[in-house]
Amino acid sequence: MTRAGLHALLSHWRRHPLQLFTLLAGLALATALWSGVQAINTEARASYAQAADTLGEGRLTRLLPPEGATIPEATWVALRRAGWLASPLVEGRLGPARLLGIDPLTTPVQTGPIEEADTADLQAFLAPQGALLGREDTLAALPDTGATPIPSPDAAPGTVLTDITTAQRLLGLDGFTSLLLAPDQPRRQTPLAQVAPTLRLQPPDQSTDPAALTDSFHLNITAFGLLSFAVGLFIVHGAVGLAFEQRRPTVRTLRALGMPLRALIALMALELALLALLAGALGLLLGYLIAAALLPDVAGTLRGLYGAEVAGTLTFRPLWALSGLAIALAGTAVAAASALRRLATTPLLAGGTRRAGARWAARRARTQGLVGAALLLLSLALGLWGGGLVGGFATLGTLMIGGALLLPLLLDRVLALGQHLARNPLPQWIWADARSELPGLSLALMALLLAMAANVGVSTMVSSFRQTFTGFLDQRLAPELYVGVSTPAQAEALLAALPGTVRALPIASVDRPLAGLPAEVQILRDDPTYRENWRFLSAAPDPWDQLAAGQGVLVNEQLARRAGLAVGDPLAVTDALTLPILGIYGDYGNAVGQAILTEPLFRDAFPEVVPLSFGLRLPPADVPALAESLTTDLGLDPARVVNQSNLKAISLGIFERTFAVTAALNVLTLAVAGFALLMSLLTLASIRLPQLAPVWALGTRRATLGRLELLRAVGLSALTALAALPLGLALAWVLLAVVNVEAFGWRLPMFLFPLDWLRLLALALLAAALAALWPAIRLARVPPSLLLKVFSDER
Amino acid sequence: MNAKALFLALAPFPAQAQGFANLGTSIEGYALPQPGTAFTFPQDHGAHPAFRIEWWYVTANLTGPDGTPYGLQWTLFRSALAPDSAPTSQVWMAHAAVTTPDAHHVAERLARGGPGQAGVTADPFEAWIDEWRLMGDNLETATLSAQGPDWGYDMTLTAQGPIVLQGDQGYSVKSEDGQASHYYSQPFFAVTGTLHLPDGDIPVTGNAWLDREWSSQPLADRQTGWDWFSLSFASGEKLMAFRLRADEGAPFTAATWIAPDGTPTPFPTGAFTATPGDTTTVADREIPTEWRVQLPDRALDATVTALNPQAWMETSVPYWEGPVTVTGSHEGTGYLEMTGY
Repeated sequence: MTRAGLHALLSHWRRHPLQLFTLLAGLALATALWSGVQAINTEARASYAQAADTLGEGRLTRLLPPEGATIPEATWVALRRAGWLASPLVEGRLGPARLLGIDPLTTPVQTGPIEEADTADLQAFLAPQGALLGREDTLAALPDTGATPIPSPDAAPGTVLTDITTAQRLLGLDGFTSLLLAPDQPRRQTPLAQVAPTLRLQPPDQSTDPAALTDSFHLNITAFGLLSFAVGLFIVHGAVGLAFEQRRPTVRTLRALGMPLRALIALMALELALLALLAGALGLLLGYLIAAALLPDVAGTLRGLYGAEVAGTLTFRPLWALSGLAIALAGTAVAAASALRRLATTPLLAGGTRRAGARWAARRARTQGLVGAALLLLSLALGLWGGGLVGGFATLGTLMIGGALLLPLLLDRVLALGQHLARNPLPQWIWADARSELPGLSLALMALLLAMAANVGVSTMVSSFRQTFTGFLDQRLAPELYVGVSTPAQAEALLAALPGTVRALPIASVDRPLAGLPAEVQILRDDPTYRENWRFLSAAPDPWDQLAAGQGVLVNEQLARRAGLAVGDPLAVTDALTLPILGIYGDYGNAVGQAILTEPLFRDAFPEVVPLSFGLRLPPADVPALAESLTTDLGLDPARVVNQSNLKAISLGIFERTFAVTAALNVLTLAVAGFALLMSLLTLASIRLPQLAPVWALGTRRATLGRLELLRAVGLSALTALAALPLGLALAWVLLAVVNVEAFGWRLPMFLFPLDWLRLLALALLAAALAALWPAIRLARVPPSLLLKVFSDER
Repeated sequence: MNAKALFLALAPFPAQAQGFANLGTSIEGYALPQPGTAFTFPQDHGAHPAFRIEWWYVTANLTGPDGTPYGLQWTLFRSALAPDSAPTSQVWMAHAAVTTPDAHHVAERLARGGPGQAGVTADPFEAWIDEWRLMGDNLETATLSAQGPDWGYDMTLTAQGPIVLQGDQGYSVKSEDGQASHYYSQPFFAVTGTLHLPDGDIPVTGNAWLDREWSSQPLADRQTGWDWFSLSFASGEKLMAFRLRADEGAPFTAATWIAPDGTPTPFPTGAFTATPGDTTTVADREIPTEWRVQLPDRALDATVTALNPQAWMETSVPYWEGPVTVTGSHEGTGYLEMTGY
C-alpha cells in the first residue's frame, strides 16, 4: 500500500515536470545564495582566526617604543632579566606581504604554522639564512631573500612568518618594533619605569581585532543571503501549495482505497524531504560556485576597507555543506507546513473550488495586510528609537517583511478601484479576473517587491556613497603630486631640491588613542589647499584661522560620533595638550578616529615624528617633469612618487570593489524573483482554462485573451514596482542613516537617482513581460476543442 | 610557538621513540667525552659549547619551621644547534619547580644564545635565564632563585664538602656500547632561604645537590629513558645511581657511593638495582612512585617513596621529578627523576 501510494504521489511530478522543476530550482537557488554567502563568511572568519593566531593582536598587552623608534635588543634582554616575560616582534612589509618576525623561544602566541612544522623546518627557522613560513601563493609573490621558503597552508593570508633575526636582516632594521607580553607574568618584576622608561604599555584592545570591525560587513551580506533565501522559499511555498491542490483528487482516491491519513502525510513529507535533499545538493554546488566567484571581490573589499587579509580561494568545509542541506530541509518544511496542515484538516470530500479558495485568500490577505501594517509601524519605531547595528538590521527586516505582507491587500484595493471605475463588461471582467488571480500570484509578486525594493535601496545607498566619496576625494586629494621618502635626511634633500614655485605639504600621523578610542593624530600645514577645498560637516566660525593659531583641533566624523563629541568640546590630544574641537570633517573609508593638529603644535607634541611624505602643489603641466626629476636626480623610489589622478583611481578602485559583492548579490536576488514570477504564471496558466473558456465562448478571440494575459502580468508588475519604490527608498534611508553610522561611523547624505528607478522599472516590466510571454502564447494557441472540453468537464 | 617541537629536536633529553628527546641523534662535528680528562675549576663550571648538550642541575630537600618537607628544582640546559661553539648557535632551556606534599609548581623558560637572555659565566660564576639565576664565588657559596606567576624561591647555598667526580674520574659511562658524559656533582650544599608559595612565604633549611654534566650523545639508540636517584642518608653517606632502560634486555645501571668526606666509590653496571613498586597515574601515564633500591656491596636495601606522587614536570619535554624519602636499611631523603614514560 505504502509503495503504491508513493508511486501514485510521485506520478504527479512525472505528469507535471514543470512544477517539479520549479520546486527543485526554487529550493536550489535559495540554498545556493544562502550557502554561498555562508561559505564566504566562513572563509573570511577562518582567515581572521589565522591572523589572530599569528599576531595575538588585540589580545595581548604590548610594549611599544617611542614614535618612530625601535626597541634595542639590550632593552629587551634587560626586561627579561628583570622578570618581564616579553617577546620581541619585528613587523614590516616584504614585497606584497606582511613580514612578521617572532622569537619562537619566547613568544606567548600559539602559532599554528610553527606548531605543525616539522623539526627540520624549525632548525631552518633558527638557522642563519632563516626560513619564511607562509601560504604558497604568498611565498611565490616574495622577492628573492635567500631564506628557505616553507609552505604552510595554515598561515594567515598575506602574512609571512620568520625569525626575528631574519626579519631584521630583510627589513634592514635594528631592534624590535614591539614586545608582546605573556598573559601570565612572574610574581616579582622590577618596575617598567626603572628598566625601560621610554617604552609604553599598550593594553589589549578588542577594536583592533579585524573580526570585530568586519562584523558589519558580514552582517550585511548575511542579510542578503537571508533575503535571497526568503525569496526562494516563496517559490517553494508556491510550488508545494499548487502541487498539493492539484493532487487533491489523488489524495481522495488513495484515502478512499484505505490509506490512512497519517501514512499519507508521512509519505508526502518523505517525498518532500527527498526533493529537498536533491535540491539542497544542487544548491550547495551552485552556492560553492557563487562563493568561489565572489570571494576574490570580498577579499579585496575587506583588505581595502579594514586591512583584514582574507584568502582569495575557497576551502571546502563539511560542516558548511551539512548546514546548507539542513537549511534546505528546514526551508522546505516551513514552506510545506501550511499545505500539510490543510491536507490533515480539510474534510476528505471537500472540493477545492476556486471561489472558496479565493474567499479564503481574501481573508488571508486582510490578516496579512494587518500584520504588515503593524510591522511597518514597528519598523518606524525601531528606526527612530532603536540603537546599535542589530537595531538597524531589525528596522530593515521589519520594513521589508511588513512591506511584502501589505502588498496583496494593496494590490487588491487598487484592482477593486479599477473594477469600480470600469464601465464596459470586458474591462470589468479584466479587473475582476486580475483580482481573482491575485492570490495565486501574490507570493511571486511579494518576492518581486522584495527584490526590487532591495535593488532600489542598495543602489541608492551605493550611488549616494559613490557621489559623496568622489566629492570627498576631490577635496582631499588636491595636491598634484604625492612623494614619500624613507629617512629624515632624504626628506631634507627632497625639500631642498624642490623649485621655489612648489609648495610642499607635510603628511605624517601618530597612532594614539583619543577619547579612549583607537585613533591617529595628523599634522596639517596652514595652506590655501585646505582652506579652499575642505568642507566641514559642522564647524565653529573661522576654523582655519583658529586652527592655524593653535587654538583647537579638527576631528573626523568617526571620532566625533563614537566619542559623542561636538564642536566646542575639549579633546585631550596628548597628556599635556587639551584643545577645543573647531570642526568635524567627513573621512570616508577610514576605519579609525582622527584628529588634526596644526603643524607647529604637532611638531611640539611629537618632536620625534619627522614627516616623510609630502603633498606637492604645482601647476598641473609641470607634474610629469618634476616626477621625472625626483626619481632620476634624487633617486626616489618611483613607486613612492604618485600623481593625484593615479591615487584617485586607486581609491575609487577600492571603493568599487567594496560594493562589487553587494551589487552581484543584488542582481542574483532580482533574477530569483523574476524566476518566481515566471513559475507562478506558468503554473497558473495551466489551471486557468475554466475561467477563460466562458469569456472565449462569449466571443473574445484567443489572441485577445493572450494579449490580455500579457497586459495583466505587466500591469501587476508595474503596480508592484511602484510599491517597491517607496519601500526601497525607505530601505536606503535606513542603510545610510542607521546601518552605515553603526557599521562604519559615518553618515552619508542621500542622493536620489530617478533615472535608475526608471531603468529598474523598465527592467521589471520587461521581466514580467518575458515571464508572461510564454503562457500568453500558449493561451493564444490553445486548441478550441480544449476550451470546449472545459464545459463538459466542469467539476 | 611550540617549544615542544623545537626541543624534541634539540633537547638534552631522551625521547620516546628514538631515545628520549633525540639524545640518540647524530653528533657529527661535536666533541666527544674522553676518559682521563682532568677537570679544572672554575673553568669547568662554565659552558662547554664544543659539546652538544650540557646542564646545571640543582635539587634540594627542604624542611619548613613546622617540619613539613619540601623539594625544589632549578635546571638550566644548553643545547647546540651547530658545532661551531658560537653563542648564537646555542639554545637554552630552564625548568624550575617547588614540590610540597600536596602541590607541585612548575615553570619553564626558553632562550636563544647571543643577546644575553641566558648564559653561563665561569668566573665569577653565574648561570641565568631571564631573572632566574644561580650565582656565587666558585660555587663555594651561591644564591639561587626562580619564580612562576604565583610562586618562587630565593635560596643561599653553602658547600659543606668537596666536589665529587662521578664514574671514572668524571667520565660517566652510559651504555655497554661506550656512550658517556663528563659528570661531576656538589652534593654537600647546605641551604637556607624562603619559598614563596601562593599561600605565603615559608622559611626553609635543608641540603641541595648540584649535578653538572656535558656530552654530545650520552644515550644509545635503543635506550628509551632513565630513572635517576640522588639520595642523602642520615649517616652522612650519599648515593648517586641511575638505571637506563632499553627497548630490550636488562637496564644499564651505574652508581657512586659517596662517603661523608666526599670520597666516591663507583660501581659498574649490575651492582645497583632499582625495582619499580607501586605506580601512580600521572598525566595519563602509569609511573612507579615507589622503588626498591639495592646495592648489596654497601648493604643497601631500602624503599624510596615519592613525597608527592604528582610531581609531573609539564614542560616541553615532560618528565617526573620530585623529592623522595628513604626507609629500610638506610634512612634519608633525596630526589628522583624519571624520564621516557
